[in-house]
Amino acid sequence: MAELKLTDVAKSYGGKVEVLRDINLDIKTGELVVFVGPSGCGKSTLLRMIAGLEKITGGTFEIDGVPMNDVPPAQRGIAMVFQSYALYPHMTVRDNMAFALKIAKKSTDEITAAVENAARILQLTDYLDRLPKALSGGQRQRVAIGRAIVRDPKVYLFDEPLSNLDAALRVATRIEIAQLKESMPDSTMIYVTHDQVEAMTLADRIVVLANKGIAQVGSPLDLYERPDNEFVAQFIGSPAMNLLAGKISATGAQTTVTLESGGTATVAIPTEADQLGRAVNVGVRPEDLVLAEGTPLIGGTVDFIEALGEVTLLYFSAEGGRDPLIAKLPGIHAGLRGKRVDLSAASDKLHLFADGLSLRPKG
Amino acid sequence: MLEQITFALGTMIAGVFGCVLYFFMSNKLLDAALPAKGVNAGRNINRANRIRPWLFMFPALFILGLYLVYPVFNSIWLSLHNRSGRTWVGLDNWVWLVKDGKFRESLFNNILWLITVPALATFFGLIAAALTDRIRWGNFAKSLIFMPMAISFVGASVIWKFVYDYRAAGQEQIGLLNAIVYGFGGDPAAWITLPFWNNFFLMAILVWIQTGFAMVILSAALRGISEETIEAAILDGANPWQVFWKIKVPQIWGTVAVVWTTITVTVLKIFDIVLAMTNGQWGTQVLANYMFDWMFRGNDYGRASAIALVIMLMVTPIMVWNIRNARKEDI
Repeated sequence: MAELKLTDVAKSYGGKVEVLRDINLDIKTGELVVFVGPSGCGKSTLLRMIAGLEKITGGTFEIDGVPMNDVPPAQRGIAMVFQSYALYPHMTVRDNMAFALKIAKKSTDEITAAVENAARILQLTDYLDRLPKALSGGQRQRVAIGRAIVRDPKVYLFDEPLSNLDAALRVATRIEIAQLKESMPDSTMIYVTHDQVEAMTLADRIVVLANKGIAQVGSPLDLYERPDNEFVAQFIGSPAMNLLAGKISATGAQTTVTLESGGTATVAIPTEADQLGRAVNVGVRPEDLVLAEGTPLIGGTVDFIEALGEVTLLYFSAEGGRDPLIAKLPGIHAGLRGKRVDLSAASDKLHLFADGLSLRPKG
Repeated sequence: MLEQITFALGTMIAGVFGCVLYFFMSNKLLDAALPAKGVNAGRNINRANRIRPWLFMFPALFILGLYLVYPVFNSIWLSLHNRSGRTWVGLDNWVWLVKDGKFRESLFNNILWLITVPALATFFGLIAAALTDRIRWGNFAKSLIFMPMAISFVGASVIWKFVYDYRAAGQEQIGLLNAIVYGFGGDPAAWITLPFWNNFFLMAILVWIQTGFAMVILSAALRGISEETIEAAILDGANPWQVFWKIKVPQIWGTVAVVWTTITVTVLKIFDIVLAMTNGQWGTQVLANYMFDWMFRGNDYGRASAIALVIMLMVTPIMVWNIRNARKEDI
């Protein structure tokens, strides 16, 4: 029902403090797009600009081709679910959900039908006459979603909706949101979070925001497998990707890098001959590292172990390497602490970055 | 002069050290009487802990009793005696009260004050709080509105006497209100002698004073409202008017009630303004001033006490409600 288009959108406060710049983004009808990024990257600000709660100070924002920069929030056809739920504390669940419709002067029958339908979808029928303070966190969250549903908006905006819930409830509500999305295939949703699990599981596409702009846009697995830059590489995936400094020692269909730690990495990324000798970082995800059988990629002494049962995290420092590295090995590996390990990774699992950007050909 | 200052200082030091000494010694005595050792240590500690709060509260309770509770009972006793407070007259004073026209006028005026002043002061306070909230010179405006709070009721009355001052037509009008009326071509009027309406001219003074109080409290309450509920209402399509009346005001309703009742209690005790402006003439008498009249001009302890008790009876329920509301706010 709604396509969103952001062109060169920027935000600054008082013309001095720049928060966002050059945001270019197309969101298609029915898509669920997740904004992620570190705290203070402007992801909530961007959402609030789309909602109309913050003024857009540069560029244009369109919904279905209609510029929205100066359209009041209520007329943009959007509904927003706030982090704190923002329920009206003096109104019952029913009145909370009906408020927008009453303001819009809808008929009583219409309001009742819409509220009861939303309550049924969200299993709130038994709680319609309660005040928010008599509800649990998860129920409040559902009321907040219900308040959005009754308005039948073109675009749903979620601002970290799960961050006030405890871990178990967060998983349950996350699944509910995913099901809700499936039951409303035409609704466009934008979801802000700092939790990568939410981003990876819910998103059709993830927008990683960093450094006042968009670091990368892509499907969750795209970002995981083919990060455009070191920031996205380290931001997506947990624990973060290891970066090994080195120099390109051979180019061609595959690239060979001599690492500072002494090892050699063969990366399944083609490079041109003029790249020879360039300083690069080889990226390898902790979960792609395996105990070496042939020539190791890196080796080092294990400083610390976190045994989680299904996986074991090894914290080790490579010889000659600068930063501590992490390997995630499946299963239980007790007794590796203080020992030397040699680890290797498949060449197609390695990433190559120069000056922070990926050398992998696009497309 | 020096003698008085020395005496005042001496009293203060004696008072403060007397208190310290009382708390210190009584605590010591309790510990000595119920030592926290020996066979009964546990039982002694429990008992001492039960007694200690009462020991510490005793001075306050005693003084409250002496200056608040005792006078109530003495007033009841006095209201059943004649003007000198010596001869028993039964309910004579109360019968007189019911039949007295001036008392009924006072009661009616008091109720008029009770309805008008808290409503207007709270309403203006709320509006002022909302309007000053988001403008840059809001704090300056607030201090201006709050300033009358710092003026005594008598001082405020003197100021407003000039506002209502009357000079015959043709003379230079020094009263602000008459100057305006006269300037627009109207006839100057002696505002505070206009029956019935003069009550409202007196009330204006108290509204002027109390609006600042209401504004400060309500402004703090308004700032306590979660910003996100307001944003949610804006997204829901509410205009500023609807946001204010349907989202903000209901959320601070408890505070509004406390402000309202607090002003109500002040109004019930209203005395100074009436005394200074009209002294109850031209149909502006109120209970507190009427009591004062009978006490110190009529020298009738009995009747004055009866009127005082009526005021107390009117204040009590509002006080109780107020305190309950204030407690609810805390939770």
